[in-house]
This record gives sequence, C-alpha cells and structure tokens, in this order.
Amino acid sequence: MWVYEKKLQYPVKVSICNPRLAKFLIEQYGGADGELAAALRYLNQRYSIPDKVIGLLTDIGTEEFAHLEMIATMVYKLTKDATPEQLKEAGLGDHYADHDKALFYHNAAGEPWSAKYIQAKGDPIADLYEDIAAEEKARATYQWLINMSDDPFLNDALAFLREREVVHSQRFREAVEILKETQAQKKFF
Amino acid sequence: MAKETLPDDFYKLMEDLQAIDFVIVELNLYLDTHPDDLEALKQFNTFAQQSQNLRRTIEERYGPLLGAGKSYSTYPWAWIDPPWPWQM
Repeated sequence: MWVYEKKLQYPVKVSICNPRLAKFLIEQYGGADGELAAALRYLNQRYSIPDKVIGLLTDIGTEEFAHLEMIATMVYKLTKDATPEQLKEAGLGDHYADHDKALFYHNAAGEPWSAKYIQAKGDPIADLYEDIAAEEKARATYQWLINMSDDPFLNDALAFLREREVVHSQRFREAVEILKETQAQKKFF
Repeated sequence: MAKETLPDDFYKLMEDLQAIDFVIVELNLYLDTHPDDLEALKQFNTFAQQSQNLRRTIEERYGPLLGAGKSYSTYPWAWIDPPWPWQM
C-alpha cells in the first residue's frame, strides 16, 4: 500500500507566471513518456516479474508519482495567477474551456492519457527493455523542455528530474543483467 | 498552520529533509540491485535515522508530514491543514 508524505521530493520554484511553459510541461504529466505513464507501467509490470526485481519496480514506480507531483506543482505555480486571456494567448484556451485551471492528464497537444502508452508483456526482459527505453525518452523530453525554458529556478527542478531518469535507466539495465545471470544459472539435467 | 504565516526556517528545514531523503532514495534504488553492498546498507540506515530525527523536529513545530498513522497529530486534526506541497 502507499503512504503519502506532505513534501515534494525536490523543491519547485518558479520565477514568473508563464502559462506557455506550463502547456509544454504538461507533456510530462499526461504524455506518453511522462511520469504518470512511468508510474503505472512499472507498478503494473511488477506483478508478473521475477522476485529479484519486484523491489526495484515498486520503488521506481513510487518515485515516479513523486515526480508527477512535481510537474503538477510546476504547472500550478506557472498558471495560478494567469487570466483567461493570458491562458488563451499561451495556447491553453482549449484546456481552460474544459478545465479552467484544473490540471488534467493530457499531453502538450491536448491528447488525453492512454493505457496504450504502456505495456506489460509478461516477459521480464521485454518489460525491462521497455522500461529502459521509457527512461531514455523521458530524459530526452526533459532536455527539450529545459531548452525551451529561460526560467533558472524551473530549470533547476527540470534538471533534477532529467538526472533521475538517467539513474533509473541505469538501475533497469542492472536489473536486466541480474535476470540474465539467473537465467544462465538454470541447470538442465 | 496557514501558508501565509510560514516562517523562513520552515523552508530551510524542509530543504534539509529533502536533501537527506534524497540520499535515502538513491541508496534504496542502488541497494535494490546491489543487495550485498554492506557499506551502502550502513549508509542507508544512518540516513534513515537522520531523517527520522529531523522529521520529528519539523513535525513538532509544523504538524504531521506522513499519513496512515506514520505521524502523530495535535488537536484539532492537523493533517488537513495547508500548505500542501504545491502551495509551498
């Protein structure tokens, strides 16, 4: 089960109201390579993978929810003082018409989140390679977001998230090696 | 505890806790794939203890940080008070 802590994993500061940036950041909230996809992918895969790597999938999956909360905080802080006019100018008119300033699970283009973004193949090697790819895609996405942002406070938090993806990718690669070793140890008489 | 009345030292304490808890998360994931690393394990327990101590200090002043009975509450029920993380 899950315990919630009333604290962000890493502080999120924002220099100035900037709904345009928020529109892009939503990609990591409800997008294909975003934190929701990551959390649900790993937490679901863990039911059908070998015991040795269940801990890793549980822990990384849980951390992704903490990251989801950070993205939500960024969007919240970037839009909370914006007028409907400012939101419209920033390309968030469609979102505002449906949601006001509520957050929602869609990507930067407005496409709603889908379980089609994730897979659980039942084959641990297939699953782990998908997980490595997911982390690399997320890392790249954070880099593109940093490229578009000139807010140094925001970029600090985005760089933190980018580096977490690098570490997660590394852990999943180690998990593959652990499983390969276990498979190699099988003896047939 | 309303958001407007947050003193500066709240932010400092929370950042200190975030720093300790980050080390814990890093060690946790590392140990998931390196369960036989004794040094890492010792560090994990050391930081876990530091985290609990600092959390106790913060909670005494500012209220519960964890749900599900992992933190106590004063009266009236303080869990529902702001600030929530995105308001900090």
